[in-house]
Amino acid sequence: MADALKQTPLNALHRALGAKMVEFAGYDMPVQYPMGVLKEHLHTREKAGLFDVSHMGQAFLKTTEAEPGGDGAHEAVAAAIETLVPGEIVKLKMGGLRYSVLLGEDGGILDDLMITRPAKDGLQGTLFLVVNAATKADDFALIGSALADRATLEIADDRALLALQGPAAAGVVDRLLPGAGEQTFMTMRPYEWNDAYLIVSRCGYTGEDGFEISVPGERAEEMAKALLADDAVEPIGLGARDSLRLEAGLCLYGHDLAPENTPVDGNIAFVIGKRRREEGGFPGAEKILKMRAEGPAQLRVGLLPEGRAPAREGAEIQSADGKTIGAVTSGGFGPTLGAPVAMGYVDAEYAASGTVVNLIVRGKPLPARVADMPFTPHRYYRG
Amino acid sequence: MTVRYTKDHEYVRAETEGGDVYIVGISKHAAEQLGDVVFVELPDAGKTFKKGDDMAVVESVKAASDVYAPISGEIVEANNAIVDEPAKVNEDAEGAAWFVKMKPSDPAELDAMMDEAAYAAFIAE
Repeated sequence: MADALKQTPLNALHRALGAKMVEFAGYDMPVQYPMGVLKEHLHTREKAGLFDVSHMGQAFLKTTEAEPGGDGAHEAVAAAIETLVPGEIVKLKMGGLRYSVLLGEDGGILDDLMITRPAKDGLQGTLFLVVNAATKADDFALIGSALADRATLEIADDRALLALQGPAAAGVVDRLLPGAGEQTFMTMRPYEWNDAYLIVSRCGYTGEDGFEISVPGERAEEMAKALLADDAVEPIGLGARDSLRLEAGLCLYGHDLAPENTPVDGNIAFVIGKRRREEGGFPGAEKILKMRAEGPAQLRVGLLPEGRAPAREGAEIQSADGKTIGAVTSGGFGPTLGAPVAMGYVDAEYAASGTVVNLIVRGKPLPARVADMPFTPHRYYRG
Repeated sequence: MTVRYTKDHEYVRAETEGGDVYIVGISKHAAEQLGDVVFVELPDAGKTFKKGDDMAVVESVKAASDVYAPISGEIVEANNAIVDEPAKVNEDAEGAAWFVKMKPSDPAELDAMMDEAAYAAFIAE
């Protein structure tokens, strides 16, 4: 089976850097480098970490209802994607990014994704989409067929995606791409870099300031090496990517968000735009808005176990009096906190911060309390 | 001092030559495979185990693993230094970061275990 795994354009570089490779979402990916997960995590919070996220799905959605360029074309393509997501996309500013979710007919979350409106006039009418690796085939099939009368979906599987995250990221990227340091959180700018077209977004999945850089696949290794040439930058594997996002309280699709969840019980109701709450018009709108008004039966919460033992995904959550009230969806050790952290779903009456619960680990109750997220403060650059 | 190993990557060595107390831990190879250890749970002194019982837990940033009793016997001491500082397991698994000291109830069990050369060949497979 090993030879059936897909590779990113950085596969040879990962191996040259001594990465331990594992299968992830059908790809041969680095889980860690010789530095190890713990130090990679801490390095990212202290300096800057380079992540290969080329396994994620990139695509351009282009309107066929209006001539490209100008607000009319943007409104057409935004109105089209708004039939599948609950976010405010029409009013997204030029060069703006939005975190959103792709919804099924029943209002369940099929994936979470980033939607970007181009910064240039001539490209209006196109949206740049970035979706999860494990779900990309289904996502693109759904978007392509649901919007077939309104837009075309061009899958950009010829592009790689690199993330540079951490307090030193802005300085490093700005030296390579002058001006990028001024970009604020959740904005995008296009760059020409040695004749390669880059889509540079100030966002990430660690809670730190940082960038995601979409680069043509054949130029990805050159870009990665240019970033790694800076002393502040170390390559970081999927292991630390997971502990970083967990401390930052960010959801991992397929674990913390799934088709049985909506944005309301998933505790990401902020993805429902104000106008969308009033107008609806997204899949499952009636159900989701009703749940929002009445309160969900369960809610995703942060959990801080007492002591040092981590509670992992699947651990049962019990109330102090022994009633089953939910389950852990992500859990592990938080290197920056120096303590275990977790998130999971609990019955709504137990969702208040500070509520004492028990996590069942190896058959024994492990005391924990419900806690606000993020566990480590977000340090995004807002200008 | 002869060190013996199990297929589950525990090691056992006599605390003193000819003595009846044995030091038990996980091999250096196991510690490397686990990655950064962040949690260790050890049994209390006085507890008895049969060979193969779940005896301790070690968790790395990646996963939780059970540590099995490599021999039958009674725990005479647990190494609480590694409970307080789990990272020691990565630094010195077969030295200072031992898990427990045990008094075997059936010393003949030791004979069935691998010696250093056999274990080296086993992990190279």
